[in-house]
Amino acid sequence: MSLDQATVARIAQLARIRVAADDRARMAQELSTILDWVEQLKSLDTSSVEPMTSTVEVVLPQRADEVTDGGYAEKVLLNATDPVRVSTTEDLGGFFTVPKVVE
Amino acid sequence: MAELVDLTIAQLRDGLSQRKFSATEVARAYVAAVEKNRHLNAFVVETPELALSQAADSDARLAKGQARALEGVPLGIKDLFCTKGVQTTAASRILEGFKPPYESTVTQNLFDAGASMLGKLNMDEFAMGSANITSHFGPVKNPWKRKDGKDLVPGGSSGGSAAAVAAHIVAGATGTDTGGSIRQPASFTGIAGIKPTYGRCSRWGIVAFASSLDQAGPMARDVRDCAILLRAMAGHDPKDSTSVPTPVPDYEAAMTGNVKGLRFGIPKEYRVDGMPAEIEKLWQQGIDWLKAAGAEPVEISLPHTKYALPTYYIIAPAEASSNLARYDGVRYGLRVPGNSLDEMYENTRAEGFGAEVRRRILIGTYVLSAGYYDAYYLKAQKVRSLIFRDFQEAWKKCDVILTPTAPSAAFGIGENADDPIAMYLNDVFTVPVNLAGLPGLSVPAGLSGEGLPLGLQLIAKPFDEGALFRVGGVLEKAANFTARPGA
Repeated sequence: MSLDQATVARIAQLARIRVAADDRARMAQELSTILDWVEQLKSLDTSSVEPMTSTVEVVLPQRADEVTDGGYAEKVLLNATDPVRVSTTEDLGGFFTVPKVVE
Repeated sequence: MAELVDLTIAQLRDGLSQRKFSATEVARAYVAAVEKNRHLNAFVVETPELALSQAADSDARLAKGQARALEGVPLGIKDLFCTKGVQTTAASRILEGFKPPYESTVTQNLFDAGASMLGKLNMDEFAMGSANITSHFGPVKNPWKRKDGKDLVPGGSSGGSAAAVAAHIVAGATGTDTGGSIRQPASFTGIAGIKPTYGRCSRWGIVAFASSLDQAGPMARDVRDCAILLRAMAGHDPKDSTSVPTPVPDYEAAMTGNVKGLRFGIPKEYRVDGMPAEIEKLWQQGIDWLKAAGAEPVEISLPHTKYALPTYYIIAPAEASSNLARYDGVRYGLRVPGNSLDEMYENTRAEGFGAEVRRRILIGTYVLSAGYYDAYYLKAQKVRSLIFRDFQEAWKKCDVILTPTAPSAAFGIGENADDPIAMYLNDVFTVPVNLAGLPGLSVPAGLSGEGLPLGLQLIAKPFDEGALFRVGGVLEKAANFTARPGA
């Protein structure tokens, strides 16, 4: 098995997905099955092959560095949980809210 | 005259322009069909008022002789496309209630061509699945039944789209295809579906899964309807830097019915171990049909075919783990509280994502993590180059490639569910096409021994969708697939 429980805990933390301690063994097993299956790629010699990142042979387009869009905080906050809305009467800005991160 | 919902898009277009019926009558007929078929669970959200108001606009245009390409055609939209003011969830709990304040480019193109929207179609969560069983809103049922009467999957991830088209509750639908998500469900439900060349349709406003593979495309009753829909969906969009500034041809005009002298490749590596005899037989039948029409079969080799699935299951989860990092409970979607910001993220993502999505994010995180990146992700990108080269070599010998679409007919809901790899094998014939960025079309071609639809896949060179429609039209005519679910 290629993954142990400590590794599962580490990647779950990296991915910011809670995996309960008593679920780590099952998850290690599941992920190992997939990783063992993809191991077959190692049998291929790719030492002289360039990695492929895109199938489209175009140079990424560029444009002038100008503001072309934006200025609608109300729309941006439309789907947020407990946002501080834009107010026309008070200077409240318009913000997303998160749990307190500094003491 | 046939029922309005039984007309193809081409027939609707003719009937509407000849004023045989109105767009409102068509929309009403479809709204009723949607209501009558709720047991299929094909829709996540129904939008009958929107469809009727768009139909009223179409009738006004038709009266003035200003009909556009899809005037008065009611469509279903896969729930991966952002639709302004209409809930868009990617069939995930994490996006439940999310109403985009903007419209995806593809749906905007369709509406600008006069199409209307009946609602948002169910799918596998974040398009990750081959059976439409990972949706937060429950599985979709295939309108087709096996002889034992068991409920079957419609395939996935565009399962709601496929079921809705096959059951005649939409005139056509949008799908997306990252590893086979248009073509495999099309094959499972007896309809046509095309994944265009990567870059042909804008990805702007489509919930991202694996950005180097994702491509939108149409699903419809026949090849001609796919040609009509794709022409309206496709086109350059400055908002997607990978959208290609190439003119969109008239795909319907490409359907000349003439394939004389065309060379079609038969890849020997697609004769996989354990391929059911009826799939093999259908493939041979397809070869015979094209030969009879004057095309010439050529044996070709795509030597890295067997590495395509493992390559895909590194690249797609890697890209997904990055794309799905945005769902953190801060700006939109589900938020599950925690004692710290990190705990809030972890709780939100644990409860908001389903099991398959969590599994793929974890795999993707692992293969991108320090110490493993070269061994997995970089390796997969190199093998992807080899798969791409296989096709480039093949094009020296042939104009299109003919293969089965899927290694089986539709299976029962719950079957193949315990073993992720068995489920992944559904896409063995479709995944290489995504990795190489090529266009692929599934054409309904025959029935299995159990009376279930089976499709054949055609693959073409980049941006040669016209060849797919031309050859697909010939294949479809020869196959004369007229069977209907429950008929």
